[in-house]
Amino acid sequence: MERYYQPEIECAPVEQLKALQDERLVKQVKHVWENVPYYRKKMEEKGVTPDDIHGTADLHKLPFLTKDDLRLAYPYGLMGKPLKDCVRIQSTSGTTGKRVVAFYTQHDIDLWEDCCARAIMAAGGTDEDVCQVSYGYGLFTGGPGLNGGSHKVGCLTIPTSSGNTERQIMFIQDLQSTILCCTPSYAAYLGESMKEMGLTPDQIPLKAGIFGAEAWSEEMRQDIQNTLGIKAYDIYGLTELSGPGVSFECSEQSGMHINEDHFIAEIIDPNTGEVLPEGTKGELVFTSLTKEAFPLLRYRTRDICVLSRKKCSCGRTFIKMAKPMGRSDDMLIIRGVNVFPSQIEAVLLKAGYPANYQIIIDRVRNTDTFDVHVEMTPEMFTDNVGEIQKRQNALEAGLRAMLGISAKVVLVAPKTIVRSEGKAVRVIDKRKI
Amino acid sequence: MTLNQISVFVENKAGKLQQLTDVLAKNRINMRALSLAETSEFGIVRIIVDDTAAAAAVLAQEGFIHSITKVLGVAIPDEPGGLNRVLNVLSGSDVNMEYMYAFLGGKEAKHAYMIFRVQDNEAVEAALAANGIACIDQATLTDL
Repeated sequence: MERYYQPEIECAPVEQLKALQDERLVKQVKHVWENVPYYRKKMEEKGVTPDDIHGTADLHKLPFLTKDDLRLAYPYGLMGKPLKDCVRIQSTSGTTGKRVVAFYTQHDIDLWEDCCARAIMAAGGTDEDVCQVSYGYGLFTGGPGLNGGSHKVGCLTIPTSSGNTERQIMFIQDLQSTILCCTPSYAAYLGESMKEMGLTPDQIPLKAGIFGAEAWSEEMRQDIQNTLGIKAYDIYGLTELSGPGVSFECSEQSGMHINEDHFIAEIIDPNTGEVLPEGTKGELVFTSLTKEAFPLLRYRTRDICVLSRKKCSCGRTFIKMAKPMGRSDDMLIIRGVNVFPSQIEAVLLKAGYPANYQIIIDRVRNTDTFDVHVEMTPEMFTDNVGEIQKRQNALEAGLRAMLGISAKVVLVAPKTIVRSEGKAVRVIDKRKI
Repeated sequence: MTLNQISVFVENKAGKLQQLTDVLAKNRINMRALSLAETSEFGIVRIIVDDTAAAAAVLAQEGFIHSITKVLGVAIPDEPGGLNRVLNVLSGSDVNMEYMYAFLGGKEAKHAYMIFRVQDNEAVEAALAANGIACIDQATLTDL
């Protein structure tokens, strides 16, 4: 039986949803115009005022926001509320100027947690469930978001945060966790570890998993479902918009319903900015309808995907988005952790290595492999294999300290990393997702 | 009396060692001794050649990372117990040995040769000399 957190809105007739979006968009544009000078200036440059926006049909008249805007406006430039009205920030892991800091009023947090609660109930969650949240807690939105949603559903919430696999498995077994929330690669790793311990799927109390924060394939879903004996559901979100729960999967497991009472989704041609018709592949753009403290209009996600309003058997009327097919951003998500090539560069340079490097990512048995190729230099070379390996280990330790995940350092001969005349090819991502 | 050994960084991949020998061959550099130390991703090729300066120059020109290390060479009678006698001296004198390798001599073939990479060349040479074991010089090696 399909469960809903807010059935009156999740299953509302499409016309009613669209009317709600029209009304909220008009209000939101006015709010932004009056409170966010940065965006008002962009509107003025485009010759648009709130008087031109009567509903979603006028959305295309508004200027886009990009990650560059977020960087330029950092930290307070896109705020829609004074700081005294804000109660929280969340942030992406950038130490490189790519950092996104998003602000929340209590009302913003409330609505965000509603979105996460919808995702948990769509995965079959009720107040009788034990929900283990193994996403990271802290600045990362994964832990706090699902934690709040789990409370709203009334699940017994286990805030394990990420890592410490033995303890994760102990809680799953001792407290009979029924729902697991984490990144798909960590779910696969937990499954592998339990299998090695000799646990069969019927000995694992979990029944459902809500997995997001990185791209994952249908094959990986099958694998996780089989190993853990669960149904695995996808969840999508961005810190810029709130966090996880912008969209979520239902029992059909065929794309994620976008919470359209809070977000308008558009698909555009990433080159021209032109809005594309439903069913066409393009860049996903979101307009936040209800965010007070950090109200982004027409934010370009750089995620490439397709939207579909085909009737869903779950009863929800929210439009569905397919799994994003790729991100044209330079941020990497490796084993669920945000990694910026420039962070790696910083570690290499500090350790006396040249800035010529290449990151090779692959996925072997559902776990990301992460190799950093570094060119040997006369200064770093010695006749002693042990000494070279010692330096290699020190570099790996430095990368681990910076990134929070381990990378393998591979020393290669000079000039073997291809030089580019334009932007260097720093990343080779072989993951087939 | 030490020998000049050239150590070269090579990736542990098919054809990489051949690229090195190709450079030496094209420049008519003759190797007297060769040893390899490898990990799963890279290796160090240690060679002693007839013209160290020329070899170092062409390696630098061809972009090979290398260094020159002073090592000791010892002629060992090609008979049972030959190496044992030398190692007996070294193990009795508290030597910090990084590595060693062997190669055979020339047409006469009365000797095998051992190359020793130790921390203190002079001390080891003295210890060997005190036991009647002489180290060979570069010219001897080149003339083999």
